[in-house]
Amino acid sequence: MPDSIDIPPVVVTATVNGERVSRAVEPRMNLVDFLREELELTGSHIGCEHGVCGACTVRVDGTIVRGCLMLAVQADGAEVLTIEGLSESGEIADLQENFKTRNAAQCGFCTPGMLMTAAELLAENPGAGRTEIRQHISGNFCRCTGYQAIVDAIEETGRNRGEK
Amino acid sequence: MKPAPFNYAKPSSVDEAISLLDGDATLLAGGQSLVATLNMRLSAPDLLVDINGLEELSGISVDGGTVRIGALTRHRELERSEVIAAQAPLIAEAVPLIAHPAIRNRGTVGGSIAFADPAAELPACLLALDGAVEIAGSGGRRKVGAGEFFRGLYDTALEDGELITAIEVPAAAGNQRFAVEEVARRHGDYGMAGVMASVTVNGETVEAARLVYIAAGGTPMLAEGAGAALAGNAIDEASIGAAQSALEGDLDPFDDMNSTAATKLHLARVMTERALKRIAGA
Ligand SMILES: Cc1cc2nc3c(=O)[nH]c(=O)nc-3n(C[C@H](O)[C@H](O)[C@H](O)COP(=O)(O)OP(=O)(O)OC[C@H]3O[C@@H](n4cnc5c(N)ncnc54)[C@H](O)[C@@H]3O)c2cc1C
Ligand code: FES
Ligand code: FES
Repeated sequence: MPDSIDIPPVVVTATVNGERVSRAVEPRMNLVDFLREELELTGSHIGCEHGVCGACTVRVDGTIVRGCLMLAVQADGAEVLTIEGLSESGEIADLQENFKTRNAAQCGFCTPGMLMTAAELLAENPGAGRTEIRQHISGNFCRCTGYQAIVDAIEETGRNRGEK
Repeated sequence: MKPAPFNYAKPSSVDEAISLLDGDATLLAGGQSLVATLNMRLSAPDLLVDINGLEELSGISVDGGTVRIGALTRHRELERSEVIAAQAPLIAEAVPLIAHPAIRNRGTVGGSIAFADPAAELPACLLALDGAVEIAGSGGRRKVGAGEFFRGLYDTALEDGELITAIEVPAAAGNQRFAVEEVARRHGDYGMAGVMASVTVNGETVEAARLVYIAAGGTPMLAEGAGAALAGNAIDEASIGAAQSALEGDLDPFDDMNSTAATKLHLARVMTERALKRIAGA
Protein backbone atom coordinates (compact mmCIF):
# COMPACT_ATOMS: atom_id res chain seq x y z
CA MET A 1 0.00 0.00 0.00
CA PRO A 2 1.45 3.39 -0.97
CA ASP A 3 1.75 6.29 1.48
CA SER A 4 -0.99 8.84 1.10
CA ILE A 5 1.74 11.50 0.84
CA ASP A 6 2.98 9.86 -2.38
CA ILE A 7 -0.40 10.05 -4.02
CA PRO A 8 -1.22 13.09 -6.06
CA PRO A 9 -4.70 14.48 -5.41
CA VAL A 10 -7.26 14.22 -8.19
CA VAL A 11 -9.52 17.06 -9.23
CA VAL A 12 -13.22 16.36 -9.07
CA THR A 13 -15.57 18.71 -10.88
CA ALA A 14 -19.24 17.93 -10.55
CA THR A 15 -22.63 19.59 -10.47
CA VAL A 16 -23.98 19.14 -6.96
CA ASN A 17 -27.55 20.26 -6.33
CA GLY A 18 -27.36 22.36 -9.47
CA GLU A 19 -24.13 24.10 -8.53
CA ARG A 20 -20.78 23.46 -10.18
CA VAL A 21 -18.10 22.54 -7.65
CA SER A 22 -14.47 21.61 -8.01
CA ARG A 23 -12.13 20.16 -5.37
CA ALA A 24 -8.79 18.36 -5.28
CA VAL A 25 -9.17 15.22 -3.19
CA GLU A 26 -7.46 11.92 -2.46
CA PRO A 27 -8.51 9.15 -4.87
CA ARG A 28 -9.61 7.05 -1.91
CA MET A 29 -12.24 9.54 -0.76
CA ASN A 30 -15.77 8.15 -0.97
CA LEU A 31 -18.50 10.27 -2.54
CA VAL A 32 -20.44 10.58 0.71
CA ASP A 33 -17.35 11.86 2.56
CA PHE A 34 -16.77 14.31 -0.26
CA LEU A 35 -20.31 15.64 0.10
CA ARG A 36 -20.16 15.83 3.88
CA GLU A 37 -16.61 17.01 4.44
CA GLU A 38 -15.67 19.00 1.36
CA LEU A 39 -19.10 20.48 0.62
CA GLU A 40 -20.59 20.42 4.14
CA LEU A 41 -23.73 18.73 2.85
CA THR A 42 -24.33 16.63 5.93
CA GLY A 43 -27.82 15.44 5.02
CA SER A 44 -26.34 12.28 3.52
CA HIS A 45 -25.50 10.04 6.44
CA ILE A 46 -22.88 7.38 7.01
CA GLY A 47 -23.82 4.14 8.73
CA CYS A 48 -22.12 0.93 7.73
CA GLU A 49 -19.71 2.05 4.98
CA HIS A 50 -20.15 -1.23 3.14
CA GLY A 51 -23.39 -0.87 1.23
CA VAL A 52 -25.77 -2.52 3.66
CA CYS A 53 -27.70 0.26 5.42
CA GLY A 54 -28.60 2.81 2.73
CA ALA A 55 -28.05 5.89 4.93
CA CYS A 56 -25.66 7.34 2.34
CA THR A 57 -28.03 7.08 -0.66
CA VAL A 58 -27.71 9.96 -3.15
CA ARG A 59 -28.71 10.48 -6.78
CA VAL A 60 -25.99 10.47 -9.43
CA ASP A 61 -26.93 11.19 -13.04
CA GLY A 62 -30.57 10.51 -12.30
CA THR A 63 -30.33 7.22 -10.39
CA ILE A 64 -29.77 6.41 -6.74
CA VAL A 65 -26.42 5.01 -5.61
CA ARG A 66 -24.60 4.20 -2.40
CA GLY A 67 -22.43 7.20 -1.53
CA CYS A 68 -20.11 4.91 0.43
CA LEU A 69 -19.50 2.56 -2.53
CA MET A 70 -18.65 5.20 -5.11
CA LEU A 71 -15.44 7.20 -5.09
CA ALA A 72 -15.65 10.99 -5.26
CA VAL A 73 -13.36 10.87 -8.31
CA GLN A 74 -15.92 8.69 -10.08
CA ALA A 75 -18.43 11.53 -9.79
CA ASP A 76 -16.20 13.76 -11.91
CA GLY A 77 -18.46 15.27 -14.58
CA ALA A 78 -21.60 13.90 -12.96
CA GLU A 79 -24.81 15.51 -11.71
CA VAL A 80 -25.18 14.75 -8.02
CA LEU A 81 -28.36 15.40 -6.07
CA THR A 82 -28.40 15.09 -2.29
CA ILE A 83 -31.31 15.29 0.11
CA GLU A 84 -30.63 19.03 0.44
CA GLY A 85 -31.12 19.57 -3.30
CA LEU A 86 -34.01 17.14 -3.54
CA SER A 87 -35.84 18.91 -0.71
CA GLU A 88 -35.26 22.32 -2.23
CA SER A 89 -36.51 21.19 -5.62
CA GLY A 90 -39.96 20.47 -4.18
CA GLU A 91 -40.03 17.08 -5.92
CA ILE A 92 -40.82 15.26 -2.69
CA ALA A 93 -42.67 17.91 -0.69
CA ASP A 94 -45.74 15.64 -0.59
CA LEU A 95 -43.69 12.64 0.53
CA GLN A 96 -42.00 14.66 3.26
CA GLU A 97 -45.36 15.90 4.48
CA ASN A 98 -46.62 12.33 4.67
CA PHE A 99 -43.47 11.24 6.53
CA LYS A 100 -44.25 13.94 9.09
CA THR A 101 -47.93 13.21 9.57
CA ARG A 102 -47.36 9.44 9.66
CA ASN A 103 -44.42 9.69 12.05
CA ALA A 104 -42.28 7.85 9.51
CA ALA A 105 -39.19 9.70 10.77
CA GLN A 106 -38.31 9.16 14.40
CA CYS A 107 -34.60 9.70 15.10
CA GLY A 108 -34.28 10.69 11.43
CA PHE A 109 -30.98 8.96 10.77
CA CYS A 110 -32.32 6.78 7.97
CA THR A 111 -34.70 9.43 6.61
CA PRO A 112 -32.58 11.15 3.92
CA GLY A 113 -31.63 7.79 2.38
CA MET A 114 -35.18 6.53 2.73
CA LEU A 115 -36.56 9.62 0.96
CA MET A 116 -33.99 9.39 -1.87
CA THR A 117 -34.90 5.74 -2.38
CA ALA A 118 -38.67 6.26 -2.16
CA ALA A 119 -38.44 9.22 -4.56
CA GLU A 120 -37.02 6.93 -7.25
CA LEU A 121 -39.83 4.42 -6.82
CA LEU A 122 -42.53 7.10 -6.80
CA ALA A 123 -41.13 8.67 -9.97
CA GLU A 124 -41.07 5.34 -11.79
CA ASN A 125 -44.11 3.63 -10.38
CA PRO A 126 -46.40 5.74 -8.19
CA GLY A 127 -48.91 2.87 -8.17
CA ALA A 128 -46.49 0.50 -6.39
CA GLY A 129 -48.19 -1.71 -3.82
CA ARG A 130 -46.92 -2.46 -0.32
CA THR A 131 -44.87 -5.48 -1.39
CA GLU A 132 -43.14 -3.52 -4.14
CA ILE A 133 -42.52 -0.66 -1.73
CA ARG A 134 -40.99 -3.03 0.82
CA GLN A 135 -38.79 -4.61 -1.84
CA HIS A 136 -37.68 -1.23 -3.11
CA ILE A 137 -36.66 0.03 0.34
CA SER A 138 -35.20 -3.35 1.37
CA GLY A 139 -31.71 -1.87 1.23
CA ASN A 140 -32.50 0.95 3.67
CA PHE A 141 -32.30 0.10 7.34
CA CYS A 142 -34.47 1.91 9.88
CA ARG A 143 -33.84 1.04 13.51
CA CYS A 144 -36.74 3.07 14.92
CA THR A 145 -40.02 2.91 13.06
CA GLY A 146 -40.52 -0.76 12.24
CA TYR A 147 -41.07 0.36 8.62
CA GLN A 148 -44.87 0.27 8.80
CA ALA A 149 -45.21 4.06 8.94
CA ILE A 150 -42.64 4.49 6.18
CA VAL A 151 -44.50 2.12 3.87
CA ASP A 152 -47.75 3.93 4.74
CA ALA A 153 -46.25 7.32 3.86
CA ILE A 154 -44.84 6.13 0.53
CA GLU A 155 -48.02 4.30 -0.39
CA GLU A 156 -50.18 7.32 0.39
CA THR A 157 -47.94 9.66 -1.59
CA GLY A 158 -48.15 7.37 -4.60
CA ARG A 159 -51.88 7.09 -4.29
CA ASN A 160 -52.32 10.86 -4.11
CA ARG A 161 -50.04 11.42 -7.06
CA GLY A 162 -52.00 8.87 -9.08
CA GLU A 163 -55.23 10.75 -8.40
CA LYS A 164 -53.88 14.06 -9.66
CA MET B 1 -13.56 2.43 8.05
CA LYS B 2 -11.83 4.28 5.24
CA PRO B 3 -9.75 2.70 2.47
CA ALA B 4 -5.96 2.66 2.52
CA PRO B 5 -4.46 5.10 0.01
CA PHE B 6 -4.36 4.06 -3.65
CA ASN B 7 -3.67 5.62 -7.00
CA TYR B 8 -6.45 5.94 -9.54
CA ALA B 9 -6.46 5.61 -13.31
CA LYS B 10 -9.32 5.81 -15.78
CA PRO B 11 -8.24 4.27 -19.08
CA SER B 12 -10.06 5.06 -22.32
CA SER B 13 -9.62 1.71 -24.07
CA VAL B 14 -9.53 -1.96 -23.15
CA ASP B 15 -5.91 -2.20 -24.28
CA GLU B 16 -4.95 0.72 -22.08
CA ALA B 17 -6.75 -0.90 -19.14
CA ILE B 18 -4.84 -4.14 -19.70
CA SER B 19 -1.52 -2.29 -19.92
CA LEU B 20 -2.23 -0.71 -16.51
CA LEU B 21 -2.85 -4.09 -14.89
CA ASP B 22 0.72 -5.11 -14.25
CA GLY B 23 1.84 -4.67 -10.68
CA ASP B 24 -0.56 -4.45 -7.74
CA ALA B 25 -3.54 -3.09 -9.65
CA THR B 26 -7.24 -3.94 -9.31
CA LEU B 27 -10.07 -3.32 -11.75
CA LEU B 28 -12.91 -1.13 -10.54
CA ALA B 29 -16.28 -1.73 -12.22
CA GLY B 30 -19.49 -1.06 -10.27
CA GLY B 31 -17.52 -1.00 -7.02
CA GLN B 32 -20.41 -2.68 -5.18
CA SER B 33 -18.20 -5.47 -3.89
CA LEU B 34 -14.76 -3.94 -4.30
CA VAL B 35 -15.28 -0.57 -2.58
CA ALA B 36 -16.83 -2.35 0.41
CA THR B 37 -13.69 -4.51 0.74
CA LEU B 38 -11.49 -1.41 0.34
CA ASN B 39 -13.46 0.44 3.02
CA MET B 40 -12.99 -2.51 5.36
CA ARG B 41 -9.32 -2.74 4.34
CA LEU B 42 -9.76 -6.34 3.32
CA SER B 43 -7.87 -5.31 0.22
CA ALA B 44 -5.39 -2.49 -0.33
CA PRO B 45 -4.11 -2.32 -3.93
CA ASP B 46 -1.61 0.30 -5.14
CA LEU B 47 -3.75 1.23 -8.11
CA LEU B 48 -7.40 1.13 -9.06
CA VAL B 49 -8.10 0.89 -12.78
CA ASP B 50 -11.59 2.30 -13.30
CA ILE B 51 -13.19 0.76 -16.40
CA ASN B 52 -16.40 2.81 -16.17
CA GLY B 53 -15.37 4.95 -19.13
CA LEU B 54 -15.13 2.00 -21.52
CA GLU B 55 -18.31 2.28 -23.60
CA GLU B 56 -17.25 -0.72 -25.68
CA LEU B 57 -17.89 -2.93 -22.64
CA SER B 58 -21.56 -1.93 -22.27
CA GLY B 59 -24.68 -3.19 -23.90
CA ILE B 60 -26.73 -6.22 -24.82
CA SER B 61 -26.95 -7.72 -28.29
CA VAL B 62 -28.23 -10.86 -29.98
CA ASP B 63 -26.42 -12.51 -32.84
CA GLY B 64 -27.31 -15.85 -34.41
CA GLY B 65 -28.88 -17.40 -31.34
CA THR B 66 -26.34 -16.00 -28.86
CA VAL B 67 -27.05 -13.24 -26.37
CA ARG B 68 -23.95 -11.18 -25.64
CA ILE B 69 -23.89 -9.00 -22.54
CA GLY B 70 -21.07 -6.50 -22.17
CA ALA B 71 -19.13 -6.66 -18.90
CA LEU B 72 -20.06 -3.11 -17.87
CA THR B 73 -23.79 -3.68 -18.31
CA ARG B 74 -25.44 -2.78 -14.99
CA HIS B 75 -27.77 -5.17 -13.18
CA ARG B 76 -30.49 -2.54 -13.58
CA GLU B 77 -30.08 -2.54 -17.38
CA LEU B 78 -30.55 -6.31 -17.42
CA GLU B 79 -33.65 -5.91 -15.28
CA ARG B 80 -35.18 -3.46 -17.74
CA SER B 81 -34.05 -5.07 -20.98
CA GLU B 82 -36.71 -6.44 -23.32
CA VAL B 83 -34.04 -8.50 -25.05
CA ILE B 84 -33.14 -10.20 -21.78
CA ALA B 85 -36.80 -10.75 -20.89
CA ALA B 86 -37.42 -12.45 -24.25
CA GLN B 87 -34.12 -14.22 -24.93
CA ALA B 88 -32.70 -14.93 -21.48
CA PRO B 89 -35.72 -15.23 -19.16
CA LEU B 90 -33.68 -17.04 -16.50
CA ILE B 91 -31.49 -13.96 -16.09
CA ALA B 92 -34.54 -11.69 -16.16
CA GLU B 93 -36.07 -13.65 -13.29
CA ALA B 94 -32.87 -13.71 -11.23
CA VAL B 95 -31.74 -10.10 -11.47
CA PRO B 96 -34.41 -8.49 -9.26
CA LEU B 97 -33.13 -10.76 -6.46
CA ILE B 98 -29.65 -9.19 -6.63
CA ALA B 99 -29.19 -6.72 -3.79
CA HIS B 100 -31.20 -3.47 -3.71
CA PRO B 101 -32.06 -0.86 -6.37
CA ALA B 102 -29.20 1.54 -5.50
CA ILE B 103 -26.74 -1.36 -5.78
CA ARG B 104 -28.26 -2.71 -8.99
CA ASN B 105 -27.91 0.77 -10.52
CA ARG B 106 -24.11 0.50 -10.21
CA GLY B 107 -23.21 -3.20 -10.04
CA THR B 108 -22.10 -4.80 -13.30
CA VAL B 109 -22.31 -8.20 -14.95
CA GLY B 110 -18.54 -8.45 -15.35
CA GLY B 111 -17.92 -7.55 -11.72
CA SER B 112 -20.38 -10.14 -10.52
CA ILE B 113 -18.88 -12.89 -12.70
CA ALA B 114 -15.29 -11.94 -11.77
CA PHE B 115 -16.08 -11.73 -8.06
CA ALA B 116 -17.70 -15.19 -8.33
CA ASP B 117 -19.49 -15.22 -5.01
CA PRO B 118 -20.95 -18.73 -4.61
CA ALA B 119 -24.23 -17.13 -3.46
CA ALA B 120 -24.46 -14.71 -6.41
CA GLU B 121 -27.21 -15.13 -8.97
CA LEU B 122 -25.46 -14.23 -12.24
CA PRO B 123 -22.62 -16.78 -12.00
CA ALA B 124 -25.26 -19.45 -11.32
CA CYS B 125 -27.35 -18.30 -14.29
CA LEU B 126 -24.30 -18.35 -16.54
CA LEU B 127 -23.56 -21.93 -15.54
CA ALA B 128 -27.20 -23.06 -15.80
CA LEU B 129 -27.34 -21.65 -19.34
CA ASP B 130 -23.96 -23.20 -20.14
CA GLY B 131 -22.71 -19.80 -21.28
CA ALA B 132 -19.20 -18.49 -21.75
CA VAL B 133 -16.98 -15.68 -20.51
CA GLU B 134 -15.10 -13.53 -23.00
CA ILE B 135 -11.72 -12.43 -21.64
CA ALA B 136 -9.14 -9.96 -22.93
CA GLY B 137 -5.48 -9.89 -21.96
CA SER B 138 -2.17 -8.74 -23.38
CA GLY B 139 -2.03 -11.96 -25.40
CA GLY B 140 -5.39 -11.32 -27.09
CA ARG B 141 -8.93 -12.49 -26.47
CA ARG B 142 -10.14 -15.89 -25.37
CA LYS B 143 -13.40 -17.50 -24.39
CA VAL B 144 -13.88 -19.80 -21.42
CA GLY B 145 -16.98 -21.94 -20.85
CA ALA B 146 -18.81 -21.33 -17.58
CA GLY B 147 -18.01 -24.88 -16.44
CA GLU B 148 -14.29 -24.17 -16.53
CA PHE B 149 -14.47 -20.55 -15.44
CA PHE B 150 -15.61 -21.03 -11.83
CA ARG B 151 -12.81 -22.94 -10.12
CA GLY B 152 -13.23 -22.58 -6.38
CA LEU B 153 -14.21 -20.15 -3.67
CA TYR B 154 -13.75 -16.69 -5.26
CA ASP B 155 -11.37 -18.38 -7.68
CA THR B 156 -11.86 -18.18 -11.45
CA ALA B 157 -10.00 -18.87 -14.68
CA LEU B 158 -9.10 -15.14 -14.92
CA GLU B 159 -5.33 -14.68 -14.98
CA ASP B 160 -3.44 -11.65 -13.72
CA GLY B 161 -3.61 -8.87 -16.26
CA GLU B 162 -6.87 -10.04 -17.81
CA LEU B 163 -10.33 -8.55 -17.82
CA ILE B 164 -13.77 -9.80 -18.72
CA THR B 165 -15.18 -8.05 -21.77
CA ALA B 166 -18.53 -9.85 -22.02
CA ILE B 167 -20.53 -12.95 -21.25
CA GLU B 168 -22.46 -14.99 -23.76
CA VAL B 169 -25.48 -17.22 -23.26
CA PRO B 170 -27.50 -19.15 -25.82
CA ALA B 171 -30.84 -17.49 -26.58
CA ALA B 172 -33.77 -19.37 -25.04
CA ALA B 173 -35.27 -22.04 -27.30
CA GLY B 174 -38.97 -22.88 -27.52
CA ASN B 175 -38.51 -26.22 -25.76
CA GLN B 176 -36.69 -24.78 -22.77
CA ARG B 177 -38.28 -23.96 -19.42
CA PHE B 178 -36.71 -21.82 -16.71
CA ALA B 179 -37.28 -21.07 -13.06
CA VAL B 180 -35.47 -19.33 -10.22
CA GLU B 181 -36.29 -20.12 -6.61
CA GLU B 182 -34.41 -18.58 -3.71
CA VAL B 183 -34.70 -17.93 0.01
CA ALA B 184 -33.01 -14.93 1.60
CA ARG B 185 -33.42 -13.45 5.07
CA ARG B 186 -34.42 -10.13 3.58
CA HIS B 187 -35.29 -9.24 -0.01
CA GLY B 188 -32.02 -8.46 -1.80
CA ASP B 189 -29.70 -10.21 0.62
CA TYR B 190 -27.48 -12.94 -0.73
CA GLY B 191 -29.61 -16.09 -0.72
CA MET B 192 -29.24 -18.81 1.92
CA ALA B 193 -30.20 -21.30 -0.76
CA GLY B 194 -31.53 -21.16 -4.27
CA VAL B 195 -31.69 -22.83 -7.65
CA MET B 196 -31.44 -21.50 -11.19
CA ALA B 197 -33.08 -24.16 -13.33
CA SER B 198 -32.87 -24.59 -17.09
CA VAL B 199 -34.79 -27.59 -18.38
CA THR B 200 -35.03 -28.75 -21.99
CA VAL B 201 -38.18 -30.74 -22.70
CA ASN B 202 -39.59 -32.87 -25.47
CA GLY B 203 -43.32 -32.78 -24.86
CA GLU B 204 -43.73 -33.95 -21.24
CA THR B 205 -40.32 -35.59 -21.12
CA VAL B 206 -37.20 -33.92 -19.79
CA GLU B 207 -34.36 -34.12 -22.29
CA ALA B 208 -31.81 -32.38 -20.11
CA ALA B 209 -31.93 -30.46 -16.86
CA ARG B 210 -29.25 -28.05 -15.65
CA LEU B 211 -30.03 -27.21 -12.04
CA VAL B 212 -27.46 -24.82 -10.55
CA TYR B 213 -27.49 -24.03 -6.84
CA ILE B 214 -26.24 -20.96 -5.00
CA ALA B 215 -24.70 -21.04 -1.52
CA ALA B 216 -24.23 -24.78 -1.92
CA GLY B 217 -20.44 -25.05 -2.24
CA GLY B 218 -17.37 -23.02 -3.22
CA THR B 219 -18.70 -22.22 -6.69
CA PRO B 220 -22.15 -22.13 -8.26
CA MET B 221 -22.95 -25.86 -8.12
CA LEU B 222 -24.27 -27.76 -11.14
CA ALA B 223 -26.24 -30.74 -9.82
CA GLU B 224 -25.32 -33.51 -12.22
CA GLY B 225 -26.99 -36.29 -10.26
CA ALA B 226 -30.26 -34.39 -10.05
CA GLY B 227 -30.05 -33.64 -13.78
CA ALA B 228 -29.52 -37.32 -14.55
CA ALA B 229 -32.45 -38.28 -12.32
CA LEU B 230 -34.74 -36.03 -14.34
CA ALA B 231 -33.49 -36.83 -17.85
CA GLY B 232 -35.79 -39.13 -19.77
CA ASN B 233 -38.63 -38.72 -17.26
CA ALA B 234 -41.66 -36.53 -16.92
CA ILE B 235 -41.57 -34.06 -14.04
CA ASP B 236 -43.69 -35.76 -11.39
CA GLU B 237 -43.51 -36.68 -7.70
CA ALA B 238 -41.18 -39.61 -8.43
CA SER B 239 -38.64 -37.73 -10.57
CA ILE B 240 -38.71 -34.69 -8.27
CA GLY B 241 -38.04 -37.01 -5.31
CA ALA B 242 -35.16 -38.67 -7.17
CA ALA B 243 -33.66 -35.29 -8.04
CA GLN B 244 -33.98 -34.17 -4.42
CA SER B 245 -32.27 -37.33 -3.18
CA ALA B 246 -29.38 -36.83 -5.59
CA LEU B 247 -28.62 -33.41 -4.14
CA GLU B 248 -26.79 -34.83 -1.15
CA GLY B 249 -24.10 -36.09 -3.53
CA ASP B 250 -24.23 -33.09 -5.86
CA LEU B 251 -23.94 -30.24 -3.37
CA ASP B 252 -21.36 -29.37 -0.77
CA PRO B 253 -22.78 -26.54 1.36
CA PHE B 254 -20.95 -25.26 4.41
CA ASP B 255 -22.08 -23.71 7.69
CA ASP B 256 -22.13 -19.94 7.89
CA MET B 257 -23.57 -17.37 10.27
CA ASN B 258 -27.05 -17.73 8.78
CA SER B 259 -27.50 -21.47 8.66
CA THR B 260 -25.90 -24.87 8.92
CA ALA B 261 -24.95 -27.03 5.94
CA ALA B 262 -27.86 -29.34 6.79
CA THR B 263 -30.35 -26.46 6.68
CA LYS B 264 -28.99 -25.32 3.32
CA LEU B 265 -29.30 -28.81 1.87
CA HIS B 266 -32.87 -29.02 3.15
CA LEU B 267 -33.68 -25.62 1.64
CA ALA B 268 -32.07 -26.62 -1.66
CA ARG B 269 -34.44 -29.59 -1.81
CA VAL B 270 -37.44 -27.38 -1.13
CA MET B 271 -36.32 -24.92 -3.82
CA THR B 272 -35.90 -27.82 -6.26
CA GLU B 273 -39.47 -28.97 -5.77
CA ARG B 274 -40.83 -25.44 -6.19
CA ALA B 275 -38.82 -24.77 -9.34
CA LEU B 276 -39.67 -28.09 -10.98
CA LYS B 277 -43.36 -27.86 -10.17
CA ARG B 278 -43.48 -24.41 -11.66
CA ILE B 279 -41.70 -25.65 -14.78
CA ALA B 280 -44.06 -28.63 -15.10
CA GLY B 281 -47.07 -26.35 -14.80
CA ALA B 282 -45.86 -23.96 -17.49
C1 LIG C 1 -25.43 -4.90 0.44
C2 LIG C 1 -25.07 -5.68 -0.79
C3 LIG C 1 -25.84 -6.77 -1.14
C4 LIG C 1 -25.53 -7.53 -2.26
N1 LIG C 1 -26.34 -8.58 -2.57
C5 LIG C 1 -26.07 -9.32 -3.67
C6 LIG C 1 -26.89 -10.42 -4.03
O1 LIG C 1 -27.88 -10.74 -3.37
N2 LIG C 1 -26.55 -11.13 -5.13
C7 LIG C 1 -25.46 -10.80 -5.91
O2 LIG C 1 -25.19 -11.47 -6.89
N3 LIG C 1 -24.68 -9.76 -5.60
C8 LIG C 1 -24.96 -9.01 -4.50
N4 LIG C 1 -24.14 -7.94 -4.22
C9 LIG C 1 -22.94 -7.68 -5.05
C10 LIG C 1 -23.26 -6.90 -6.31
O3 LIG C 1 -24.03 -7.68 -7.19
C11 LIG C 1 -21.99 -6.46 -7.05
O4 LIG C 1 -22.41 -5.57 -8.02
C12 LIG C 1 -21.17 -7.52 -7.74
O5 LIG C 1 -20.80 -8.57 -6.93
C13 LIG C 1 -19.85 -6.93 -8.22
O6 LIG C 1 -20.05 -6.17 -9.34
P1 LIG C 1 -19.37 -4.75 -9.47
O7 LIG C 1 -19.55 -4.33 -10.86
O8 LIG C 1 -19.89 -3.85 -8.42
O9 LIG C 1 -17.83 -5.10 -9.26
P2 LIG C 1 -16.67 -4.41 -8.43
O10 LIG C 1 -17.07 -4.30 -7.01
O11 LIG C 1 -16.22 -3.19 -9.11
O12 LIG C 1 -15.56 -5.51 -8.61
C14 LIG C 1 -15.65 -6.79 -7.98
C15 LIG C 1 -14.41 -7.61 -8.35
O13 LIG C 1 -14.44 -7.96 -9.73
C16 LIG C 1 -13.32 -7.43 -10.42
N5 LIG C 1 -13.82 -6.99 -11.72
C17 LIG C 1 -14.82 -6.09 -11.93
N6 LIG C 1 -15.07 -5.98 -13.26
C18 LIG C 1 -14.23 -6.84 -13.89
C19 LIG C 1 -14.01 -7.19 -15.26
N7 LIG C 1 -14.74 -6.67 -16.25
N8 LIG C 1 -13.05 -8.12 -15.52
C20 LIG C 1 -12.34 -8.68 -14.53
N9 LIG C 1 -12.48 -8.38 -13.23
C21 LIG C 1 -13.43 -7.48 -12.90
C22 LIG C 1 -12.79 -6.32 -9.54
O14 LIG C 1 -11.42 -6.12 -9.74
C23 LIG C 1 -13.11 -6.85 -8.16
O15 LIG C 1 -12.13 -7.75 -7.75
C24 LIG C 1 -24.43 -7.17 -3.08
C25 LIG C 1 -23.65 -6.06 -2.75
C26 LIG C 1 -23.95 -5.31 -1.62
C27 LIG C 1 -23.12 -4.13 -1.26
S1 FES D 1 -23.16 3.90 4.78
FE1 FES D 1 -23.45 3.45 2.70
S2 FES D 1 -24.85 1.81 2.77
FE2 FES D 1 -24.39 2.11 4.88
S1 FES E 1 -36.08 6.90 12.08
FE1 FES E 1 -34.41 6.25 13.29
S2 FES E 1 -33.39 4.89 11.95
FE2 FES E 1 -35.17 5.33 10.88
